[in-house]
Amino acid sequence: MPEELQMVPITVTVNGQRHSLSVEPRLLLVSLLRETLGLTGTHIGCDTTYCGACTVLLNGRSVKSCTVFAVQADQGEVRTVEGLAEDSKLHPVQQAFLESHGLQCGYCTPGFLMSVCQLLDKNPDPDEKAIRKGIAGNTCRCTGYQNIFKAIHAAAESMKGR
Amino acid sequence: MYPRAFRYHRAASLPEAVSMLTDLGEEARLLAGGQSLIPLMKLRLASPAHLVDLNFVPGLEYVRELGNELRVGALTRHAQIEESQEASRIPIVHDCAAGIADIQVRNRGTLGGSLAEADPTGDWAPVLLVLGTEVVCQGTGGERTVKLEDFLVDAFVTTLAPNELVKEIRIAKPPKKSGGAYIAAKRSAPVYASAGVAVQLTMEDSNVCREAGIALGAVGLTAIRPREAEQVLRGKAVDAKSIEAAAEAAMHAADPQSDMRGSAEYKRVLVRALVKRALDAALRRSRGERVEVSHLYA
Ligand SMILES: Cc1cc2nc3c(=O)[nH]c(=O)nc-3n(C[C@H](O)[C@H](O)[C@H](O)COP(=O)(O)OP(=O)(O)OC[C@H]3O[C@@H](n4cnc5c(N)ncnc54)[C@H](O)[C@@H]3O)c2cc1C
Ligand code: FES
Ligand code: FES
Repeated sequence: MPEELQMVPITVTVNGQRHSLSVEPRLLLVSLLRETLGLTGTHIGCDTTYCGACTVLLNGRSVKSCTVFAVQADQGEVRTVEGLAEDSKLHPVQQAFLESHGLQCGYCTPGFLMSVCQLLDKNPDPDEKAIRKGIAGNTCRCTGYQNIFKAIHAAAESMKGR
Repeated sequence: MYPRAFRYHRAASLPEAVSMLTDLGEEARLLAGGQSLIPLMKLRLASPAHLVDLNFVPGLEYVRELGNELRVGALTRHAQIEESQEASRIPIVHDCAAGIADIQVRNRGTLGGSLAEADPTGDWAPVLLVLGTEVVCQGTGGERTVKLEDFLVDAFVTTLAPNELVKEIRIAKPPKKSGGAYIAAKRSAPVYASAGVAVQLTMEDSNVCREAGIALGAVGLTAIRPREAEQVLRGKAVDAKSIEAAAEAAMHAADPQSDMRGSAEYKRVLVRALVKRALDAALRRSRGERVEVSHLYA
């Protein structure tokens, strides 16, 4: 066991804002976001890499932030749910979830939104199968998923030509 | 859930990673995608005193064709293999890469980490065994190249020395008139398979089989080669009857354990069904048909 606490200097850009800080190596990315930076929009559900509530984009790719060490995000760019809306105007994916009733309690929603952003970034016109595959790493305990599928179709539609 | 405290070391090159492992001793572990190691550390099933991070070593993420080989860097993520055109020319490789866990896990998890972990339920081992694969390892004395069947020793055990790492994976490209398929059944996306079956058939003409490779995953301590099932097909017409016989033989070669993914008996029957499906898809692919298969949710 190490006697002296090691602190590692890192620089991370979160939603466009650069942060230079020192972190303990065992700090998880989700804890950096929630506890160090106060960005509590990213949720912790299972804490065991299953539910996807903690999904954020790291260098443009969706990851489960409960399963990435903060030191691994050094020199990287992170996008969280707080980075979606622009000037209080909801992101099209958020707007679609709102209009299609793609959420109930909302606990899983930030993770779903980030997964859908990743999906539509790679595949702007996903069919039903691609949608199911794209959100297979996110669990929702409330909606039964039907309205989430509707929301994703609607989001894809509204983002066309953007 | 915090893992136990550890000291973090960032390697800038592979030789540096090897010398860090050598200096730190057996209390040190490599960190690649972290998708096996971090969950274990959070549950405190693993508590390494030192982690050597490979993620900042440049040039370890690539998929390249070189002659008759596909060369994949150890740190290449499953998702990069899924997206790679070179890799997708070998359909069985795409079946596997695209079906592991979910996109978030595939975006982080690496091929090198999967093989080094040697999890008996991992998907890569059966697939790469039927293709013929070599693992390039780097240690203090330089590089050595090991056949995958020799690299994998037992459940969670490989031939890697504690201060040795996987550098590259070299996959033999199948010849013409060859078709392969990998089908695994699992309960949902972010879990390991209950059983997985990899097959690669190389045909003489449209119907007679020259070479048959079959490997079963998640139904033994390591991937199982059902030699009798392969023998049933070799030199014979691949038809409903021989497929049935091969599936039956493969089922008997499986050595599963009952666990939360199903009873041993269920898994044996599952293997029989998956072998039939995989052989059917492989045969059609050997004729140039486009057949989509991937992980099934059972
Ligand atoms: C929810 C979930 C579901 C999953 N489902 C599946 C599945 O269905 N099928 C499947 O195959 N896998 C599955 N996985 C595992 C995933 O594929 C992992 O990515 C993989 O097993 C390990 O790769 P990694 O890069 O994450 O390795 P790490 O977790 O970083 O490391 C794993 C081990 O390998 C060692 N290691 C890593 N890289 C090297 C190297 N280059 N040389 C030597 N040693 C090295 C590490 O020291 C460690 O001991 C799942 C994981 C999760 C979290
Ligand atoms: S909290 Fe990270 S996957 Fe559930
Ligand atoms: S809306 Fe409640 S968990 Fe998804």
